[in-house]
Amino acid sequence: MHIITPDQYRVMLARFSKDVAPSRRGFLKGIAAASGALVIGVHLRPVEALAAAMTDGPMPNAFVRIAPDSTVTVLIKHLDMGQGVTTGLATIVAEELDADWSQMRAAFAPADAQLYNNLLFGPVQGTGGSTSVANSWEQLRKAGAAARHMLVAAAAAKWGVPAESISVEKGVLTSGNHSGSFGEFAEAAARLDVPKDVKLKDPKDFTLIGTRLPRLDSTEKTDGKAVYALDIRRPGMLTAVIRRPDRFGATVKSFDAAAAKKVPGVVDVVAVPAGIAVLAQNTWAAIQGRDALADIVWDEASAEMRGTAELLDEYKKLAATAGLPAARKGDAAKGIAGAAKTVEAEFAFPYLAHAPMEPLNCVIEKTGDGVTIWAGSQFQTIEQAVTAGVLGLKPEQVKIETVWAGGSFGRRANPPADYVAEAATILKATDGKAPIHLVWTREDDIKGGYYRPMFYHKVRAGLTADGKIAGWEQQIVGQSFMAGTPFEAFAIKEGVDGTSVEGAADTNYDIGNFAVDLHTTQVKVPTLWWRSVGHTHTAHVVEVTIDELARAAGRDPVEFRLELLKDKPRHTGVLKLLAEKASWGEKAGAGKGRGIALHESFNTVVGSVIDVSVVNGQIKVDRVVCAVDCGIAVNPDVIAAQVEGGVGFGLGAALHDEITLDKGVVEQANFDGYIPLRMSEMPKVEVHIVPSANAPTGIGEPGVPGVAPALSNAIFDATGQRLRSLPFRLEDFKA
Amino acid sequence: MKFTLNGSERTLEADGQMPLLWAIRDIVGLTGTKFGCGAALCGACTVHVDGVPVRSCQTALADVEGKNVTTIEGVGGEVGEAVVAAWRKLDVVQCGYCQSGQIMSAVGLLSENRKPTDEDIDSAMDGNVCRCATYQRIRAAIHEAASNLA
Repeated sequence: MHIITPDQYRVMLARFSKDVAPSRRGFLKGIAAASGALVIGVHLRPVEALAAAMTDGPMPNAFVRIAPDSTVTVLIKHLDMGQGVTTGLATIVAEELDADWSQMRAAFAPADAQLYNNLLFGPVQGTGGSTSVANSWEQLRKAGAAARHMLVAAAAAKWGVPAESISVEKGVLTSGNHSGSFGEFAEAAARLDVPKDVKLKDPKDFTLIGTRLPRLDSTEKTDGKAVYALDIRRPGMLTAVIRRPDRFGATVKSFDAAAAKKVPGVVDVVAVPAGIAVLAQNTWAAIQGRDALADIVWDEASAEMRGTAELLDEYKKLAATAGLPAARKGDAAKGIAGAAKTVEAEFAFPYLAHAPMEPLNCVIEKTGDGVTIWAGSQFQTIEQAVTAGVLGLKPEQVKIETVWAGGSFGRRANPPADYVAEAATILKATDGKAPIHLVWTREDDIKGGYYRPMFYHKVRAGLTADGKIAGWEQQIVGQSFMAGTPFEAFAIKEGVDGTSVEGAADTNYDIGNFAVDLHTTQVKVPTLWWRSVGHTHTAHVVEVTIDELARAAGRDPVEFRLELLKDKPRHTGVLKLLAEKASWGEKAGAGKGRGIALHESFNTVVGSVIDVSVVNGQIKVDRVVCAVDCGIAVNPDVIAAQVEGGVGFGLGAALHDEITLDKGVVEQANFDGYIPLRMSEMPKVEVHIVPSANAPTGIGEPGVPGVAPALSNAIFDATGQRLRSLPFRLEDFKA
Repeated sequence: MKFTLNGSERTLEADGQMPLLWAIRDIVGLTGTKFGCGAALCGACTVHVDGVPVRSCQTALADVEGKNVTTIEGVGGEVGEAVVAAWRKLDVVQCGYCQSGQIMSAVGLLSENRKPTDEDIDSAMDGNVCRCATYQRIRAAIHEAASNLA
């Protein structure tokens, strides 16, 4: 599947990382641009280089741009794939700038690993790990405050008044009888030195942060005008679809393209590392041309031939042996041996496709000295480096135009930059004659790998006679998320991929005798993070097991958790708010059940209570109540939306999502086999946010992990039947 | 192939078997109508043919000859405006990719039924997938639009 070998990739990334290693951080400088705009950036390059860069491009070095018409554009270094980060990041700037929300705009920043580094996992311009607001918080507050300071200084000079006499409110500067807009002072402000230290607001003075502001993208996403990569049209552009092998690791040996080439509109057929690319004047012709390819022979010598049933058998055998230690506290075996009661459980998790609504696609076009790529780009500078590697260019010769992404859920944050690299190989194979729009069909997407890995867990835990946890042993089996990626060194320690065991090995519950083992498996199915990464499986196992232990101990699940979280005020705060809002103390009633889960991921704590009812022998999810501590709530309504959506995404995984392989061939192809959650299955979701004065933490992913375990716990409450492995087989459920 | 698209007469020189979706997107160049599955399983490509929501990925161009096709770019009138306004007021969208299709289905529903119940919404909207799971807000926006149309 990989266009370049892992070794080539590592060398390339190492070189790339060195090229962009940060030199200085946090140095502010204003730039006067030809348009008379004020541009503020937290940049890392020497001033001279920055000034030079300004002359040949539209300000590639800034976060805040104030135009003469007073519109304020925030350059967004992250991808907005629906999580609302354009609105979120613009809010942070607007707050410190004292702008009016109506003057705020957002634009995706060009690719630059120095200027637009993700401060939590760089040097890479990338979006993931629910870091967008968290890593931008201080950076953008400073950028906004610096711009405000300079506008005030410019106004003070013009009006001949002390800067201290000027107030700024809703985008208007005022002093005595003087009053002016940002646009009037943008040019003068840009000529001033940028303050080295700016005073940031006391959070109690926030007027925008914490309020409901309209999303910046609602208008263009409701009139058909929002441009996604699929909507890019370039002169002479050809659409390409690729016939890929049925088995992962196979390559094309031979094929007959004669019939394909006869399809009206088909222009070319070329072999590329990923398979056979059919190029045509429109998408339909390309798809028809692909269907007409004949006599394809694949080389399956290195292909994955196992099915998921065989893999699961192997995983179960591994779980019966000792793995690498991922966590060790006290003596788990001894604690369990001496326990009054024990709980044992096994959990299987399938491969999962991300299936964003916009099938993967991008446009690549040859330019004077390089290429331009239009993509819903989530790892901009990695895509830049990989494309440069494929085409023999320098990273800076690859221009990335980030556009709205029609969902991702992790899929577009792809370390080998798979689909972008595919497009580059097609451009190369056709000598760059025409711009290429590579389009994956839904079948390509569902069958295309980069799944959340399969996992298998085995847990044994014991209770003392007085209902305390005596010991906990857990075996986790599955492929690594991080091996072979640029994040490997950071994530894998002594053979243990921290992301495989996150949420279990580092549980917040105070368990004295505790052991977690990891078995990392080698399978040729390419895998990837999927909205909430390791927490997609660990939270389920921990929260179901905790529920089983609480019930075995005859304890209330909320009280049982509170006791295990005594020194965790954020967790107990969430639990208490959740119990209150969900009316936890009230009995669910006949034919109904209620379950709870609490989990921390991406530094955010989310508690979920799910109410179910049994109707005609069928489980129905009635209501989900969530409580969230994600630090300061920048946009409470966007947070609510992320948790609502996270609940729906988690429910889909709990009820339906499953990729299976038969002898290495994926058995699902479209939304009839890989079942998405639909309107009729969506419960009412309530989201409650714990007030906080701490810096913001993640919100795109943390709503997901608690859904499946809260549902398992609710079903048990309603029926006494325990469903553990995902997806739940509700059709087998007997009321 | 002649038909009316968003109020204007169009003549396309194209194979009548080409799905309407690709004719609209790749030949006419209106890109608000989205490709999601190509098999009438997700609703992202929903347009109206003579006022009725259809999946354009499974509608041949020949089948709309002489008919009125409306896409998201042509949404208007009392119901269309109420739906779009409700979508914006409640900030329904996340990634937004499915929302053209969602809006076309919702306009179809409200054009037939000014006071839909939750069950009516389920049956009219179940064919429109949203992987961001904005369903709760879609439901609320349909009720909101209905109350503004009353």
